[in-house]
Amino acid sequence: MIQGEEAKKLHPTLSYLVQKQSLVVPLIAVLVAFLIGSVLIALQGVNPVGAYQTIFNAALGSERGLLRTLEKTTPLILAGLAVAVALRVGLFNIGAQGQLIMGAFFATWAGFTFTNLPALLHVFVGLLAGVIAGGLWAAIAGVLKAYRGVHEVISTIMLNSIAIALLDYLVNHPFKEPGQALPRTVPIFETAQLPKLGFVPVGFLLALLVAMFISWVINRTTAGFQFNTVGANKFAAAYAGIKIKYIVVASMLLSGGLAGLGGAVESLGITYRFEPAFNKGLGFDGITIALLARANPLATIPAAFLVGVLRSGAPSLQFDYGIEPEIVDLLLAITLLLVAAPILGKLIFRKYAKKSETISSGWGS
Amino acid sequence: MAPLLEVKNVSKSFPGVLANDNISLTVNAGEVVALLGENGAGKSTLVKMIYGLYPPDSGEIFINGNKVELTSPKAAIDLGVGMVHQHFQLVPVFSVAQNVALGAEKKRYGLYDSQQAEEDVAALSQKYGLAVDPAVKIEDLPVGTQQRVEILKVLYRDAKLLILDEPTAVLTPQETDELLEVMRGFAKQGVGVIFITHKLREVLAVADRVVVLRNGKQVGETKPSETDQAGLAKMMVGRSVVLDVKKELAKPKEEVLRIEKIVVKDDRNLIGLNELSLSVKAGEIVGIAGVEGNGQRELVQAITGLRKIEAGKVYINNVDATDSSPYQVHKMGVAHVPEDRERDGLVASYSIADNLVLNRFTEAEFSKRGVRQVEPIKKLARFLVEKFAVKTPSIETNAGALSGGNKQKLVIARELAWGPKLLVAAQPTRGVDVGSIEFIHNQIVQARDNGAAVLLVSAELDEVLGLADRVAVIYAGKIVAELDAAAADRNKVGRLMAGGDTN
Ligand SMILES: Nc1ncnc2c1ncn2[C@@H]1O[C@H](COP(=O)(O)OP(=O)(O)OP(=O)(O)O)[C@@H](O)[C@H]1O
Ligand SMILES: [Mg+2]
Repeated sequence: MIQGEEAKKLHPTLSYLVQKQSLVVPLIAVLVAFLIGSVLIALQGVNPVGAYQTIFNAALGSERGLLRTLEKTTPLILAGLAVAVALRVGLFNIGAQGQLIMGAFFATWAGFTFTNLPALLHVFVGLLAGVIAGGLWAAIAGVLKAYRGVHEVISTIMLNSIAIALLDYLVNHPFKEPGQALPRTVPIFETAQLPKLGFVPVGFLLALLVAMFISWVINRTTAGFQFNTVGANKFAAAYAGIKIKYIVVASMLLSGGLAGLGGAVESLGITYRFEPAFNKGLGFDGITIALLARANPLATIPAAFLVGVLRSGAPSLQFDYGIEPEIVDLLLAITLLLVAAPILGKLIFRKYAKKSETISSGWGS
Repeated sequence: MAPLLEVKNVSKSFPGVLANDNISLTVNAGEVVALLGENGAGKSTLVKMIYGLYPPDSGEIFINGNKVELTSPKAAIDLGVGMVHQHFQLVPVFSVAQNVALGAEKKRYGLYDSQQAEEDVAALSQKYGLAVDPAVKIEDLPVGTQQRVEILKVLYRDAKLLILDEPTAVLTPQETDELLEVMRGFAKQGVGVIFITHKLREVLAVADRVVVLRNGKQVGETKPSETDQAGLAKMMVGRSVVLDVKKELAKPKEEVLRIEKIVVKDDRNLIGLNELSLSVKAGEIVGIAGVEGNGQRELVQAITGLRKIEAGKVYINNVDATDSSPYQVHKMGVAHVPEDRERDGLVASYSIADNLVLNRFTEAEFSKRGVRQVEPIKKLARFLVEKFAVKTPSIETNAGALSGGNKQKLVIARELAWGPKLLVAAQPTRGVDVGSIEFIHNQIVQARDNGAAVLLVSAELDEVLGLADRVAVIYAGKIVAELDAAAADRNKVGRLMAGGDTN
């Protein structure tokens, strides 16, 4: 039986976001964001075309730049996937950030705690620790949602704060690197480090594989069918014998696991230790990415790449023009607003929307 | 004087379907025009264009002789066109008057004037004979009265043309008769009404003119005085329709469903089923007759695992199914045609094919090691769409794009396809055209003859009496009488349904 909170249908905005798979809205959103961004750049007396060129050049123009971009993109793909998977079930996982840093910390912990593990196994154990930590952290919100009706947006926001506080404590006290002023852990053993293939970070390839795997799970498996059904129509899901509570918890577990993996890949592949100053904002970028990708797992790859390029290229604005790199936050915020608000889609698809939306759903329609 | 509404040569197509092909329609002030046609004939599409929900591909619409562009429902409302949606758009915790005024409030000192609204609503309901108390909250009203509030909403915005798309599908016979009366009242006041229904009796009772669509084309026009039910059916379907169910005498065998004194709560946490007991055997159809709201919904949900059973037992094939989940009940061989197909029975954004395996997706045929088997699913879908004559351009079409009756056929097809041991069918022919009703009834009888036990719940007393081998009358959450089909005449059952006894 479905009741109360559970019985409420997926928020119309969310279902809109999941259903409209069109490319046009995200593309135009990015375009408009860049246009608004150019105005803001021009206001600072800088030629916007030049500024954008600088970003892209710095991000893609050299092998070093490209490597940095791929490194930035890697956790973003995973964070985007995390948010996308939850969206499929009709859940808005705002807590990807908290899950990601939990994953980053526990992967690091596994990296400096286990000794004498062979290299490959140690990496695997590290990644697994990250997945489990992120997954369990998100599952708390899943359980609260399924069994107590606590809205996941509220609980994941609170879990973000708790994760930050908890990790602050851990790196300041029990796991603080001895003799260091900075609150940070000791580095991981070399056996736990993610290697590179040529100049391509293995973590990046792993993220691509995971995206393909998640896409397959969502579109081809019975598990994915259950996820999608719960997200599309809870009543029909209950009727079809799907255990909604179970799916809510399972999807949060998966979502958090992906975010945790994102953090783990960052720790084991780039930072090699945990420090609260790292991994800033990755989980929040994941929200932008998932919405830009319309919760389509494969589409998180290009969306994450775009964000990765901006993040990787932005600091050079400071050198070349003295523009604060936070301009990129602005660009992304505008993009997010535009993709998240159905208004843009409605404007673009005015005619089309009217044709396809079932506004009345009577017995007769 | 120019007619109230004139639709000229309007066409509309959807991907793969010509839904309206050069349709023309006139409605005069003070006239009730019935739109009749098979499922998918294009009735809803036509009225949605008149209400500004879809733009026509070609053709013109005139209101009071002026050519109009109806780009949105708001534009239509401003021109005096109103439509009542079947799924009500009411705020449950608001009063009747608040709901009616919502969005078109009259203000006093810049604030909502509740007294004025209540007076206006009272005046309107007086004028049109729509009895309803303006101060009552929506959530405390029965479905039929909520519909009146929807109609009042439309009238409050000064509608001169009222569109009702299958308004009677969810009404009790009593409420239906009242609505027909109200419609005549509108006509008297000079309002034009477009009325869509599949119930020929209603058409004959209320319409001034009947326009018949088939396959998107206009195939005829007639008047109730010039025809009868059989004539209308023939115009719609293009052949004679057998309106009575033909079946052999039932040969009941072993007991499949046994319900022992179950107690179930309703949505308001009051007693919905009060120690109800019932038994259905293989090879028989047991019909539940009752005034809506006497526990029918709770009964169906209790059997199918969608509602908690507080006390008592349910056995399916002698296995205790009392605390089973919908999944377990399904696995025990129970098929369920839910009363609300849009909400429970379908996922609108899924393809027809996916909807046809909605509750069967874990079966070995459709899933191997957790991977969905696309080809077998499509094969089943093609077979069922063909067999049940679901009108659709393709099995990949979203279920949400189907016409109302075709959605219903989809659910029926899915539930009958797998040879269930027990079929629990709630309102199986709601919104379905006469030709398809005949077909669905035959399918249900055939399932019975193949040894299935059938529990039929229907608001249509005629359907229960025509189809059931045994009639169980439900009243206040209890089965108050069980009659052999032969002994169940309309009057007697009617009295029992009202809580009276047979003598
Ligand atoms: N939004 C849509 N997208 C695609 N096809 C549609 C859409 N709406 C209707 N159709 C198709 O147009 C045709 C006419 O549908 P319509 O809903 O007008 O039928 P109807 O006469 O109201 O049928 P019913 O009696 O079953 O309600 C059907 O084949 C239907 O599948
Ligand atoms: Mg219709």
